[in-house]
Amino acid sequence: MDFSYTILIPLIPLALFVILGIFSKKIPPSISGWIGSLGLGTSFVLSWYTAYSYFLGGKLNGVYQTFIYKTTWLNFTDKLHIDMGVLIDPISVMMLVVVSTISFMVHLYSRGYMKGDDGYTRFFSYLALFSFSMFGLVLATNLFQMYIFWELVGASSYLLIGYYYTKPSAVAAGKKAFIVTRFADLGFLIGILLISYYSGTFDFQEINSLHGSIITNWAATSFMGLSVITWGLILIYLGAAGKSAMMPFHIWLPDAMEGPTPVSALIHAATMVVAGVYLVARLFPVYYFVENGFALQIVAYVGAISSLVAAIIAITQTDIKRVLAFSTMSQIGYMMLALGVSKYDGHEGLGYMASMFHLFTHAMFKALLFLGAGSVIHIVHSNYLKDMGNLRKHMPITHITFLIASLSIAGFPGFAGFFSKDEILAAAYENNMLIYVSSVLVAGLTAFYIFRLYFGIFWGKDNTYEHTPHESPWSMTIPMLFLAFMSIAGGYIPFSDYISADSIPFKSHLNLPLAAIATSIGFIGIILAYVFYKKENNLPERFANSFGVFYKWTYHKFYFDEIYLFVTKKILFGIVGFSAAWFDKHIVDGTMVGIGNTTVAISEKIKGWQSGKFQDYAMSFVGGGVVIAMVVFYIWIN
Amino acid sequence: MDILSLFVVVPVLTVLVLVFAKNLKQARVISLIGMTIQFAMSINLIFAYIKERTVNTDIMVFTKDALWFENFNIHYSIGVDAISVLMIALTSTVILAGIFISWKVDDLAKEFFVSLIILASGVFGFFISIDLFTLFVFYEIAVIPMYLLIGIWGSGPKENSAMKLTLMLMGASAVLSVGILGIYFNSNADGGALTFNILEIAKVHIPVAAQNLFFPFVFIGFAVIGALFPFHTWSPSGHASAPTAVSMLHAGVLMKLGGYGIFRIAMYLLPLGAINWTDFFLVLAGFGVIYGAFGAVMQKDLKYVNAYASVSHLSLVLFALLMLNKTAWTGAIIQSLSHGLLTALFFALIGMVYGRTHTREIEKLGGLMKILPFIGAIYVITGLAYLGLPGFSGFVAEMNIFVGAFQHPDMFHRIITIVVISSIVVTAVYILRMVGKIMMGPLSNTEYAKLPKATWYEKAGLILLMIPVIIIGVMPFGLSEMIKASIQPFLERLL
Repeated sequence: MDFSYTILIPLIPLALFVILGIFSKKIPPSISGWIGSLGLGTSFVLSWYTAYSYFLGGKLNGVYQTFIYKTTWLNFTDKLHIDMGVLIDPISVMMLVVVSTISFMVHLYSRGYMKGDDGYTRFFSYLALFSFSMFGLVLATNLFQMYIFWELVGASSYLLIGYYYTKPSAVAAGKKAFIVTRFADLGFLIGILLISYYSGTFDFQEINSLHGSIITNWAATSFMGLSVITWGLILIYLGAAGKSAMMPFHIWLPDAMEGPTPVSALIHAATMVVAGVYLVARLFPVYYFVENGFALQIVAYVGAISSLVAAIIAITQTDIKRVLAFSTMSQIGYMMLALGVSKYDGHEGLGYMASMFHLFTHAMFKALLFLGAGSVIHIVHSNYLKDMGNLRKHMPITHITFLIASLSIAGFPGFAGFFSKDEILAAAYENNMLIYVSSVLVAGLTAFYIFRLYFGIFWGKDNTYEHTPHESPWSMTIPMLFLAFMSIAGGYIPFSDYISADSIPFKSHLNLPLAAIATSIGFIGIILAYVFYKKENNLPERFANSFGVFYKWTYHKFYFDEIYLFVTKKILFGIVGFSAAWFDKHIVDGTMVGIGNTTVAISEKIKGWQSGKFQDYAMSFVGGGVVIAMVVFYIWIN
Repeated sequence: MDILSLFVVVPVLTVLVLVFAKNLKQARVISLIGMTIQFAMSINLIFAYIKERTVNTDIMVFTKDALWFENFNIHYSIGVDAISVLMIALTSTVILAGIFISWKVDDLAKEFFVSLIILASGVFGFFISIDLFTLFVFYEIAVIPMYLLIGIWGSGPKENSAMKLTLMLMGASAVLSVGILGIYFNSNADGGALTFNILEIAKVHIPVAAQNLFFPFVFIGFAVIGALFPFHTWSPSGHASAPTAVSMLHAGVLMKLGGYGIFRIAMYLLPLGAINWTDFFLVLAGFGVIYGAFGAVMQKDLKYVNAYASVSHLSLVLFALLMLNKTAWTGAIIQSLSHGLLTALFFALIGMVYGRTHTREIEKLGGLMKILPFIGAIYVITGLAYLGLPGFSGFVAEMNIFVGAFQHPDMFHRIITIVVISSIVVTAVYILRMVGKIMMGPLSNTEYAKLPKATWYEKAGLILLMIPVIIIGVMPFGLSEMIKASIQPFLERLL
């Protein structure tokens, strides 16, 4: 089979970016929105076609094959070189579908959402840049290509978060997102260097090869009790945790909500933030086999903790986009922990499949939640729950689609989220009881906070609005309807036929007892939210008060931001930076100036010798003559 | 006239014609014509070089030799390899952009352009020389006009800055001349005649003791202009006081003479000394990378930010040179080119902002993107390129350096490499802080709403510098292969 045409999938958005970027002032908005949507539509069709033909005919003897098309971009040494190309295997094809679908929907949606904005064309050029970078990341054939596009998605994220660049909070949020993820990427880069130093390659296939030097020979090196390869994997995971907003690098994600809502849906919910999950999945054999999966354990625990903490914080937030941001973090934690508890062969690799499955369904329903939130914000002109309420009559389509997405994320039976979450819980149950219990708890919290949002927005008090709310235009509701369809139908895709850790399809079944437990916990969450928020009452307040300090801590997101600010502003730049600047000015430069001043001072002292008076010169002449005569005499007598 | 000597002749002719210019208009048109010819020649040189390489495998091509001063065997001897060809191309790009940026120089326009072009002719002469003595002469020709350019056309405490810069560079020249004479007087170690010719000396086995003795002289002599810690303090004040085009040329090209000289002379002629001394200087250079970056974070003046950023990025060049391997060296050369273009862009942009708002203080500026969309967009792109975003030249350079340095078999080298790599985070901090504050956010001063947009000559200068940044960033393969081929003889010296 020939998949070389897939190179077009990233190249189309690249061309769009160049055209829209250079002529952003010349192209009228009416055209740029269409060009963008049309281009991404093409990528969308190509991606689905690729998935169709790959999953139907990509197997050889029951194993999914990997197709690689690449060319050398930059040579470092004889062995190390960066290749650019496309790698087609089950997870990259799955990601192509996710990215192209969400990106296409967001393009369509933005045509309505961004209408009348000054930088309309600029917005679409950034979206195209992002789509290009994300496709490049997904299709990467080697670690370094992935790093390159990893940085590029970070930059497009920076540009899009700071899209409203006259708003200081948006600029600060973009900066924060870039710097935090760049700090994490430092780990990624050093990890790449470590791995490539010992394996002599960046290539995914060679690194992942079960007979390759990394997997067979990891024990040969060690540093502080662990294999150096394990250190490399941990460092790479830092990069993954940064992009995927895992603890403790999650602090940028809530702030990133300063960007336009379609951007939050595309980048900060469905695609870029799952890049970290994708990276770990891409290197899964290495993570699993090196040092008996030590690094994978870390992935699992960080995922579990992040998912729990984020779900707790989500309960108390009042900005609906921030609730969704923490929800995203929590769900990505799910995907991470699923990878973390997974094994490799056959049905044992359930967690791997579940993680990818959840990545897929989550992309659909979370993008939908954001688009729904955007639709509401578009009408209400506020992000805060207190300004909303009882909108279901005014916005029927938004209401229904939001409800579908909420049921899906809450794991309501029959919806997509139910199936993927069930697989994750089953995988956790089989491998790690502690993580399983925490995940079930998260399922309950998720149901609660999402229905808190749902009831708060569409039921509850009847706010008086400046303008009577109305449904969003078709350009916005059609993508939402499509995603609503996917938020249900996505669950019925037989994922284990397509994706598995060892590329061999297996059969997975619904684990009924576990599903029953999770579903009942979810029900409790929904019912609690119903009691608290269906009608306006003082229950939430009383509840918050009874938790006191804990509520305050949660509301302030456990003060992570404050700790970071203290370390960076006060310690790093306050103490280190300040003293470096002082040292530079007074010691280093001071020495140089001192040398100059000393020279001047000495000449100041001795310049009197050049007095111009004949007597002085005669005196020196005679004196000098006497001294020389004495020296000569001294030498002569010796 | 041979293809290389023209690079010195054209600037000199331009200067001679400039003398007859009557006003600013004539002066800038003459300079523009001269430097456009120079630019075209340098592009032509790249292709001529590639073509010549297919048939000529000598270390240096287009060589010419003429006896200059017989008693000491001094020759006017020229020739180029890929590295010098690229440096010449960089210089001609930056000087041409500098002419565009100086389109509206206020007073003594003629003299300004004369000094600027004399400086450039020195730089061109430096890059084509393969005789140590002529090379040194050209080096001094390049350094001295700087004093006038800053002292006369500068701003702020310009006399003091000009003096500090010139004195420190002169001091370094004194050290350097000791090193060069040391090499010269050892060039008969195998029994031949004394010579200044680099290619001849490379064939001689200079005793290890002499190499160890003279390596630090040559290294420090050049490293001062390459902003090695702790000899970098002339650079921030010098740049801050210099007029825009001079800052561009100085940071963009002149500071590259340091790295180039170290590579061409210290590494090539004294390889054993290099091996002996690397650890010591590596620590200084590595420290400089981090130190410069932190210094840049703390600055309040845009030019100071860029000056410290240059300290950081040029220390990275020295760091890479000291790694003594092919990949890192390739990275060092690309970093020289990349930093030259990017820092020139930054200084040009800062000049444009300063020319309009009359302030360079970050705190006083804000929200200029809305008023100056073109300048703002280029500012953001330059910033992203500067912090090493893929797709721009900086990334290619840094990755060559990091990967090359990390391939070093010695543990100490790999650890210091990790420390140096961490500077990329600090770079992001100061770049985004600067870009975010001055270009984005609300407009800091209502009067700025009336600022004039970028003119055609400003746009021309910026685009001219931006194009190679993108070309190198997107298609680095040809460039890196070209450089690698020329690095081979240097590597063989280390064996």
